[in-house]
Amino acid sequence: MPLPVIYVDELTRKFGDFTAVDHVSFEVNPGEIVGYLGPNGCGKTTTIRMLLGLLAPTSGSAIVLGFDSFRQSEQVRARAGYMSQKFAIYDDLTVWENLVFYGGVYGINDPARIQETLAQVGLSGHETVLTRELSAGWRQRLALGIAIVHRPQLLFLDEPTSGVDPNARRAFWDLIYDLAAQGVTILVTTHYMDEAEYCHRVGMMRDGKLLAMDTPLVLKERYVPGQVYEIYTAALLAGLGALEQTPGVLRAALAGDHLRVIVEQGLGEQTLKSALAATGVTIASIQKGEPTLEDVFLTLAKG
Amino acid sequence: MMAHVEARGLRKNFGHLAAVNALSLTIAPGEIYGLVGADGAGKTTTLRLICGALKPDAGEVSVCGFDLRRQTEQAREQIGYLSQRFSMYEDLTVLENIRFFAEVRGLRPDEWYPRSLEILEFVGLADFRDRFAGQLSGGMKQKLGLASALVTRPRVLLLDEPTTGVDPVTRQDFWQLIIHLVSTPTSDSPSIFGENGGSRRGVSVLISTPYMDEAARCHRVGFMKKGQLIVEGTPGELRARLEGRILELRGSPLTEIRHHAAEVPGVEDVQAFGDRLHLRVESGQAEAVMRRLPAQLQPMGVSIDALRPVPATLEDVFIAFS
Repeated sequence: MPLPVIYVDELTRKFGDFTAVDHVSFEVNPGEIVGYLGPNGCGKTTTIRMLLGLLAPTSGSAIVLGFDSFRQSEQVRARAGYMSQKFAIYDDLTVWENLVFYGGVYGINDPARIQETLAQVGLSGHETVLTRELSAGWRQRLALGIAIVHRPQLLFLDEPTSGVDPNARRAFWDLIYDLAAQGVTILVTTHYMDEAEYCHRVGMMRDGKLLAMDTPLVLKERYVPGQVYEIYTAALLAGLGALEQTPGVLRAALAGDHLRVIVEQGLGEQTLKSALAATGVTIASIQKGEPTLEDVFLTLAKG
Repeated sequence: MMAHVEARGLRKNFGHLAAVNALSLTIAPGEIYGLVGADGAGKTTTLRLICGALKPDAGEVSVCGFDLRRQTEQAREQIGYLSQRFSMYEDLTVLENIRFFAEVRGLRPDEWYPRSLEILEFVGLADFRDRFAGQLSGGMKQKLGLASALVTRPRVLLLDEPTTGVDPVTRQDFWQLIIHLVSTPTSDSPSIFGENGGSRRGVSVLISTPYMDEAARCHRVGFMKKGQLIVEGTPGELRARLEGRILELRGSPLTEIRHHAAEVPGVEDVQAFGDRLHLRVESGQAEAVMRRLPAQLQPMGVSIDALRPVPATLEDVFIAFS
């Protein structure tokens, strides 16, 4: 068994009375893409800052690439790449100049390496474009290039695809999969529930606590213990009221033009139909739905 | 029934950039319309054109039958607008904040006070009316924003990315409020929706969001890209456009399968999702691909454990049609 790339044990960080990260423990193995999912302010970025050695833990420890992340932060940072959501790329420099500048920070001055990095992120041929002229999706690729110019073994991505459209997001993820296939380990934070589906394993964080970490499939099987139904009816509120009272219905919610319910395993469509019919609600259609990571999060958040 | 919002041929340029370009949309009473797109696609500009905060370079908007250009006052009275960075006074209490926004909109004390109490009850902030806004949680601040937008009893609610970055629990609560607003018949709570609209349906809502999964909660969705609406419909209609064209594949090694699958005839697009792939196939080709792909790939030494049709997501739709 190879050693984990990240080994976090009871990691905690307090700011005054506020516990930003609360006894978090997890491991990330070589070549894995692990997602860190949670709302703004839940402690995702604080965790990454500790893993990069930018912030001292209040208690607990983090071993990253075999080094203590805080006491040996220089060794960690020489081997890890970091792409931040709020990363400053110089707008008045060209694509090439930005890469040369940041490469220099890591002591990389070989033009061939810069060229290779550009090819990796699909920006070859755009060397002389001013950064301010790039679309949001292409800026993100440049930011990724800057984060991997020193060939890190581990890459931290902090909300890398906020604000780009789904096409650019998918293109970006293709690059991430290519990097992972080359053996780079990736820890990516996101607050998009659907984006977490791209990861091998997903950790769910809320109020500083890591609530669970596993593959999307296992999370859904474990924390959405039932069948999802989507029920179309004109009488949404009456239908919701009836379903909330129906034994075996674990969760019922309004979803725009239909109702979405999660029922205990084994409870069939017929029970739902009868429950609605008994209160005079007519069903236009009822169909099985798929559980989502949002369902998982809602289950976990209830504690 | 008269549309609550009717926008025709809207255009707005900022310098050389066409932020909104030839955009038309109609929102029916009681409808939740989701405007979905990336940052810079033109969502916020569209909302600002509809609420009258920006003047279009071309096109027109009417709100509940009032022309925004010629009957500006009447049109704007119909609208409640919650901007992306709603700013409240952190050193005022919840009730004082609502009072401030109500008075700015010209409501008298005998109007705003009873309404405020009722709206605070509706959004679940009744117990917090005397708390300073600065001491509210993120979700409560957002509800205060909604309450402030509702105090003038708008018939049209414009919400600019109200749920970006918030906790899914809060997001869920917020959506339940919005859906209650549009689906409650007016007679149930007359003073939120206006006293003289007995038979009128609830308010209509135009909401912008960067989240594809959130679009699924709207009655109708418009995808925006580069200032234009590129595709529009109910979530069901939109997904039906890709009916039978998305296949889920599980197997190993996935990286190798991903590269080879793209070359199988009939496969248009391959997307990796952690432990599985989604293939988009040409119309009518699903069964052929399900036969062809294992036959073509298995001799290469990869193992295909499962290949089955799955429902399309709205993200699949956006990608296929943009």
